[in-house]
Amino acid sequence: MIEPGLYHILFISATLFFIGVYGFFTRRNLVTMLMSVELILNSVNLNFIAFNKYLWYDRLDGVFFTIFIIAIAAAEAAVAIAIIINLYRSHKSIDVEDAEEMKY
Amino acid sequence: MPNATYIALIPLLPLAGFLMLGLFGRKYFKNTSGIIATTLLLISTALALYTAYGYFFEYGKVDGVYQKLVPLKYTWLQFSEGVSIDMGIILDPISVMMLVVVTFISLMVHIYSLGYMKGDERFPVYYGFLGLFTFSMLGLVVSSNIFQIYIFWELVGVSSFLLIGYYYDKPSAVAACKKAFIVTRFADVGFLIGILILSFYSGTLDFNTLIERLTVPESNELKNAVAASFLGVSALTWGLVLVFIGGAGKSAMFPLHIWLPDAMEGPTPVSALIHAATMVVAGVFLVARLFPVFAISAPSALSLVGYVGAISALIAAVIACTQTDIKRVLAYSTMSQIGYMMFALGVSKYGGEEGLGYTASMFHLFTHAMFKALLFLGAGAVIHFIHSNEMKDMGGLRKYLPITHITFLIACLAIAGVPPFAGFFSKEEILLAAYQHNPTIYWIALITSGLTAFYMFRLYFSIFWNKEHHPHGERHGEGGFVMMMPLVLLAVGAAAAGFIPFGHFVSSDGKQLGTEFHLQFSIAPVVLGLAGIFIAMWMYKKENSKPDKLATSLSGLYKAAYHKFYIDEIYLFITKKIIFNLIGRPAAWIDKNIVDGLMNATGNGTKDISEIIKGVQSGKVQQYAIYFLAGIIGLALLFIYWWK
Repeated sequence: MIEPGLYHILFISATLFFIGVYGFFTRRNLVTMLMSVELILNSVNLNFIAFNKYLWYDRLDGVFFTIFIIAIAAAEAAVAIAIIINLYRSHKSIDVEDAEEMKY
Repeated sequence: MPNATYIALIPLLPLAGFLMLGLFGRKYFKNTSGIIATTLLLISTALALYTAYGYFFEYGKVDGVYQKLVPLKYTWLQFSEGVSIDMGIILDPISVMMLVVVTFISLMVHIYSLGYMKGDERFPVYYGFLGLFTFSMLGLVVSSNIFQIYIFWELVGVSSFLLIGYYYDKPSAVAACKKAFIVTRFADVGFLIGILILSFYSGTLDFNTLIERLTVPESNELKNAVAASFLGVSALTWGLVLVFIGGAGKSAMFPLHIWLPDAMEGPTPVSALIHAATMVVAGVFLVARLFPVFAISAPSALSLVGYVGAISALIAAVIACTQTDIKRVLAYSTMSQIGYMMFALGVSKYGGEEGLGYTASMFHLFTHAMFKALLFLGAGAVIHFIHSNEMKDMGGLRKYLPITHITFLIACLAIAGVPPFAGFFSKEEILLAAYQHNPTIYWIALITSGLTAFYMFRLYFSIFWNKEHHPHGERHGEGGFVMMMPLVLLAVGAAAAGFIPFGHFVSSDGKQLGTEFHLQFSIAPVVLGLAGIFIAMWMYKKENSKPDKLATSLSGLYKAAYHKFYIDEIYLFITKKIIFNLIGRPAAWIDKNIVDGLMNATGNGTKDISEIIKGVQSGKVQQYAIYFLAGIIGLALLFIYWWK
């Protein structure tokens, strides 16, 4: 059994990031897209934690950033869900393809 | 020194009338506007007469010389030390005389209009405009500053424009007012440049200082102005000639006279006020105001004034002989008489006996205002009665319009120079002045005076004698008391004004000028005048074929004069054919193709580019996210590989 190192965690984080990006681009459902965004944010959290633990374990900056990001993600989720609800009320749909009036 | 307040009231009362009637007239003073304006002007006239009495008999004269007093001066715009635009009042013999003439004639016209314009829809507007005009003209004559005179000069132009175009639903009136405005404006450019030249060299805008600096031979200002030259003519002469061009535009001197006959489209009392008695003499007044500079420092400019005046007098008299519209005949006669005033100034010299022409010119201005206003108001009464301007519709009117007939006859005798009416004395002085100084102008003037008698009595006999051409139906009387009273008052003026010893009051240097009467000299003009009257009587008293025969025998001259020597056509040719084709059209082409083309190309280019790239803004959220990601990746690559 190998002790998990920095590279392992970075690998997981990168995987999580690209899964999120992929989800964001391919899903048409706004709730799913919101979930993908959360994945991206969490991959960043993982990065911060990993760098903090392996490289500067005597400091807490990474942890602070992570806590901030979690808080912001919560706020962002609230705003995003509010937008989605409003969109549903006006369009009777939460498909992103149905909300494309804002163009030239 | 007089109290300035009441002198300032003379021009300000008509202005108050204009503001009141212009702003509230149509609502509150629909019927009383005429009375209000007339009352205000009556006060002005009384003040003007009081001022004149005070100036000429009490405080004006110091050691036998009439002073140029400046009782009021308010600095309006200060440019630098010594150069400022002031609003002031100057009192000297000519400005005081003009105050009296303008207020008196304007009052007559105000009273007359009460009858003539009765029932007009825009009665208050009419009186408002009259008030504006009177204000501007009074402001012009009392100006103490050359720029102040220019401001009022333009105001006079504007009010003349408004009054000529009073019947704005008549296309000919609209065309006439535009023409008058454009022609006089064109001339005023000359005036403005003249002012700039004169004030540049004299370093002041104040009349008294300017005249003083430019007439004393030792002064540096005069030496500089004479030394600087352009095209072989000194700057001073250029300045004065340009000022004279402005004056010639307003005074309808050849070749800028074309607007005056057309200006007769305005209401007839307006023609009497503006285009006969007051505004058109503004040019003469201007030359008289700067007369010392003309006479002492630039005699060549003054002789130009003389020749332009003489040519205008003769040409206008010839044209007047052939016109059939009575107001146009009077318009040309006005031009001719103003020509007289101009060349009287032109042949005059400064000071003493040599300055006879100056006195004569101002004297003629004074008497002309009387009889010409009378002629126009009389013509107005005739037009009011007949409802036509054409001579051929008239005839035999002496039975229907007795008062108009007598007063018109007095005016005709006055303008023809028959003793003892007013025109005789002033014309005699002018001819004498011309005889002493310039024989050419004297002969032109003599011929013109014969022609004047002829065309005036042609008019008189055609209107009041001859055969009746008008239908006998629908008679209304001669016009009420308000229309007859001014005629009678002016007739008294036209008959008696000649006995005023004018030389005692107005002369080029302010000293008293004795004008004795030369009996043997006045024989020639009087005989010529009487001959003109008898020829007119022989031709026009009874209806006959003599005028037609004469017209056919002189057909070339007659046709040319009837068409006003084709001067209007020449102007049209110059503007339409030459200026429009050679300057207007190329300029329009450049504007359309090059200037507009550049602007259009910019606009079209922007539009085309945005047409190409607008697809980026698709409204699809995920597409934006892809661009965003691509940008991030691009930046990341940039930082990693190129930006080491």
